Amino acid sequence: MIARLSIGHRLTVLLAGVAALLSLLSWWMVSELARQAAARSQDNVLAASATTIAETIRSEQGEVRLELPYSALSMLGAISEDRVFYKVVAGERVLTGYDDLPVPTDAATGARVAFETGQYSGEAIRMASVRRTVLAGAGPVPVVVTVAQTLSGVDAVSGQLSRLAAALSLAFFLVAVGLSVFAARASLRPLNAFAQAVSRRGPSDLRPLRRDAPPELAPLRGALNRLMDRLGQSIRRSEDFIAEAAHRVRTPLATVRAQAEIALRSAESEESRQRLRRIIRAVDESSRSAGQLLDHATVAYRAEDLARDRIDLGELVAQAAAALEPTATMKDIAFHIATSQARVVGDAVLLESALGNVLDNAVKYSPDETTVHIAVSAEEGVARITVTDEGPGLGEGPIETLTERFRRGGNTEGVVGSGLGLTIAADVLAAHGGRLDLRNAAEGGGACVTLVLPAD
Amino acid sequence: MRDARLAGGLRLGLRLGLRLGLGLCVGLWATLAAALEVENRKVYPGTTDRTLSIVSTADLEVFEPYIQRFQQSHPELTVDYTVASSVELYRAIRDGAAFDLAISSAMDLQLKLANDGLAQSHRSDRTDALPDWARWRDLIFAFTAEPAVVVMSSRALDGAPPPATRQELITLLRDNPERFRNAIGTYDVRDSGLGYLFATQEARSTDAYWRLSEIMGRLSPELYCCSGQMVDAVISGRLSLAYNVLGSYAAQRMAQEDRRDIEIVQMQDFANLMLRTAIIPATATQTTAAGALIDMLLELGLRETPGDWPLPPLSQGTSDFGPIRLGPALMVYLDPFNRRAFLAEWENALVQDIVIEP
Ligand SMILES: Nc1ncnc2c1ncn2[C@@H]1O[C@H](COP(=O)(O)OP(=O)(O)OP(=O)(O)O)[C@@H](O)[C@H]1O
Ligand SMILES: [Mg+2]
Repeated sequence: MIARLSIGHRLTVLLAGVAALLSLLSWWMVSELARQAAARSQDNVLAASATTIAETIRSEQGEVRLELPYSALSMLGAISEDRVFYKVVAGERVLTGYDDLPVPTDAATGARVAFETGQYSGEAIRMASVRRTVLAGAGPVPVVVTVAQTLSGVDAVSGQLSRLAAALSLAFFLVAVGLSVFAARASLRPLNAFAQAVSRRGPSDLRPLRRDAPPELAPLRGALNRLMDRLGQSIRRSEDFIAEAAHRVRTPLATVRAQAEIALRSAESEESRQRLRRIIRAVDESSRSAGQLLDHATVAYRAEDLARDRIDLGELVAQAAAALEPTATMKDIAFHIATSQARVVGDAVLLESALGNVLDNAVKYSPDETTVHIAVSAEEGVARITVTDEGPGLGEGPIETLTERFRRGGNTEGVVGSGLGLTIAADVLAAHGGRLDLRNAAEGGGACVTLVLPAD
Repeated sequence: MRDARLAGGLRLGLRLGLRLGLGLCVGLWATLAAALEVENRKVYPGTTDRTLSIVSTADLEVFEPYIQRFQQSHPELTVDYTVASSVELYRAIRDGAAFDLAISSAMDLQLKLANDGLAQSHRSDRTDALPDWARWRDLIFAFTAEPAVVVMSSRALDGAPPPATRQELITLLRDNPERFRNAIGTYDVRDSGLGYLFATQEARSTDAYWRLSEIMGRLSPELYCCSGQMVDAVISGRLSLAYNVLGSYAAQRMAQEDRRDIEIVQMQDFANLMLRTAIIPATATQTTAAGALIDMLLELGLRETPGDWPLPPLSQGTSDFGPIRLGPALMVYLDPFNRRAFLAEWENALVQDIVIEP
């Protein structure tokens, strides 16, 4: 559950929780302090009141006498509208005041001023006692002056402050929650930026991440880079292996084909000639496959670090057509080339290979004495090479699947091929940010293959 | 407007007689003391016999208009109005007599009742509108403010302007003893709750009080229980000067008698401002009705103009010195030690040869 909660929420909730705790704590502390301060000031006034009374105590003709100073009660009246009680006890005798008023338990023994909270006349009261000894009659008489006040004033003051503190704490909490949300967002921003940087990458982009990351993300970046590095290495290793294997297979195949050709020429019976032709055909297929595998590996390898040549598509087409001229001539196929000015930036080797494969198909699948039309055009930042033939077309099946690896169409009877040609072309164009368009020409049924590239 | 209403002499005699007659029969004396000495009582019947019983120091004539107005809005209530002295009222409430409302001019005694838990709290929009100095703890509410004044006959002044301060009054008395001998009246603070409150507050506030008392004492003053009798004595010519009289009452009587030769003077150095207060005793049963009456009294207390009402509004009597403060400090002079000491000093100053009003 916790593991699935978003880090932002977790951070916000945690920070808000801490803020709530702190708010509560501060509210409690302020309330408690306010209560103590109010109680202490009441204690001070009570003590002062009792002391003023005690100071008037004297002995007159052996009797303890005193006067209640006006200030003794007026100072209590000044701090609040609380009820006031007092009592003066000399020895065992109540001299004046409220007879049944309780007296702090340690009034007679403890410190000179004793405080206690008690109950009187149906209300909680705070009492302060001051002790004095007066010489009267036979000997010293301990006199205890007790002044008491109800607590509603203290309660009102501390209640008021407590409510104020509660309001402030709540405000503090709300501000803290706002800041928590902000803090959570701000601290997750680098992570989000990092994630975006990774997800914006192309499917085969395995370059290490170079962007700056906070120290907390450095291990993640390091791990990611190491992973990509290992992945890249392992892909490269398998491509190398495929290229190496293809290369190693091709050479002995050439030897086998040469030997089979010689054997065919000197073969006596039609049956063995038939057999030898089949061998040669199989060898051709294998050799074509090995060659195409090698080319495909080259595409994968070069696409990782694409060369940025400025290429004139007209020249590219001319070169590719020239390369296929011998094959085409053998089938009496003519190239009809229509070029206009079009330039692209890219890898010349790869683009040549892509166009070569497309032209190879056009020648390979067209019947004799036909024409292959090659058109170069550029408009609105897009350059196109369209190759149209007069052959059987791309068949009935789903056309897009023809760019899959080793996929061959249903019309390949007797035509040597490996099914990798269009894969190579499509990969090259994708690496250049372009695409390969396959369709059947509207009439005449021929195939129409377009290489689409971003123009320079 | 009598605050300890029994005529001083009569009452003293009665008490002495009782004491002598009953000797040390303490039990019976205690019973008599505990019973409320009612000075006047009237029942104002309403449409039901739900009764709001009020005990008050204000005379019937003074308070009747208030009761009538109250019954206009609460016709169903019967009002039972009892007049007693402030001390009697205090004792009755303290001893648990059943009243729904206690109205008294003795702020100290009222406050002591409230402080000692013998009053119920009441809160309404009206009480909230009251200034802080006119209430205490939602227990005790003031609805009139009445200054203490000096009433003197112009004859005694002999053309001189009336004294504005106690010092001027002292000079006047010292310089003309013959005019004022046996012709000064003031409260007998031993008897009158309001007189005691005025005297103690004045003694606390100005040192001229004792000097003035000393001078008055030398001139054989007459001691009264109540403002009313003092003012009457000035009107009748028996007194030249009445010291510490309730201003509202004096003004009302002067207006009644239309006497131009009598001055009402408010002392400029210090003047007491008494608040007449109401509490709902703990024993009250008709608390809602009592609260409603308090609210009505407060509404009148907060009125802007005096109008026809017998008692002045709170705003009326504002002096520079403010009203006597409602608070526990009022209980200071109720303490027996203080009372004993104060009365001793007062007697020393004022009762140099005891003159008892005939
Ligand atoms: N011009 C075309 N006319 C008709 N069919 C075509 C044409 N080009 C491609 N095809 C079909 O698409 C299939 C895939 O072509 P691709 O070039 O990938 O393979 P291939 O030509 O069979 O083998 P190779 O790898 O030797 O080129 C072919 O087998 C064929 O069926
Ligand atoms: Mg092909």
